[in-house]
Amino acid sequence: MVVWTDFERATIQDIFSKIDYGVVGQAAISRCLIVYPWTQRYFGSFGNLYNAAAITSNPKVAAHGKVVMEGLEKAVKNLENIKATFAELSTLHSEKLQVDPDNFKLLGDCLTIVVAAQLGKNFTPEVHAAFQKFLAVVVSSLRRQYY
Amino acid sequence: MSLSGKDKSVVASFWDKVAPKAPEIGAEALGRMLTAYPQTKTYFSHWGDLSPDSAQVKKHGATIMGAVGDAVSTIDDLVGGLSKLSELHASQLRVDPANFRILAHNIILTMAMFFPEDFTPEVHVSFEKFLQNVAWALSEKYR
Repeated sequence: MVVWTDFERATIQDIFSKIDYGVVGQAAISRCLIVYPWTQRYFGSFGNLYNAAAITSNPKVAAHGKVVMEGLEKAVKNLENIKATFAELSTLHSEKLQVDPDNFKLLGDCLTIVVAAQLGKNFTPEVHAAFQKFLAVVVSSLRRQYY
Repeated sequence: MSLSGKDKSVVASFWDKVAPKAPEIGAEALGRMLTAYPQTKTYFSHWGDLSPDSAQVKKHGATIMGAVGDAVSTIDDLVGGLSKLSELHASQLRVDPANFRILAHNIILTMAMFFPEDFTPEVHVSFEKFLQNVAWALSEKYR
């Protein structure tokens, strides 16, 4: 069972209240597709992902970024039970989307980098640690239904 | 994932920009790593203070980034250039190489924070490949 300190809880909620889901989601997904190009395998239907410029301006990538952020918001609103909140999403990623779960970490890293660049000095090591813990729980919950 | 000519020139020119801040970046990255990835503290149990503000953390962060800078200048032969450091990490420090990736992530994150305009996804991919090759060269002597 995950135990959140008051600081961690407040920090995570604060981060999500400050960031623009459209901007951050788009930046995180496109960074992931550019820096880890093998992740493009899951987005065959997105059209032109040929180079960084194409990825950054691709509207489907942007839309999907927002979808991902809204999914993460569900976890933020249910910090006490992320496992149950993401059970269906986990099954979806495992059985329908068939995403290698190691990719969750790659996207998580890109998201952390984008959030850090946005928040600047406010993304202190302690805030970073809380965010990292949150992502670790999210990734673990998304992995749960894989077999 | 070896470095193309383009990767090398992207790394070299980005390093020119960041070199003046290298010690600060190193200190920030190391401090962050010890805070956000607490398992890495196990390698520094001989230090009293592992907080990001500690003098030891700052000094060691600067040392690490100095080595990264040296690696930039031997980018055409990382294994040769990092041979002594590899020996050190393999036989004395015995750091699990998985941690090189964690530190690399924190260096990259710090760079994104300090240079948000310059650290574009294109620079990111070349620099991350570079750090991955550095990690590979560093683990050369392990077994």
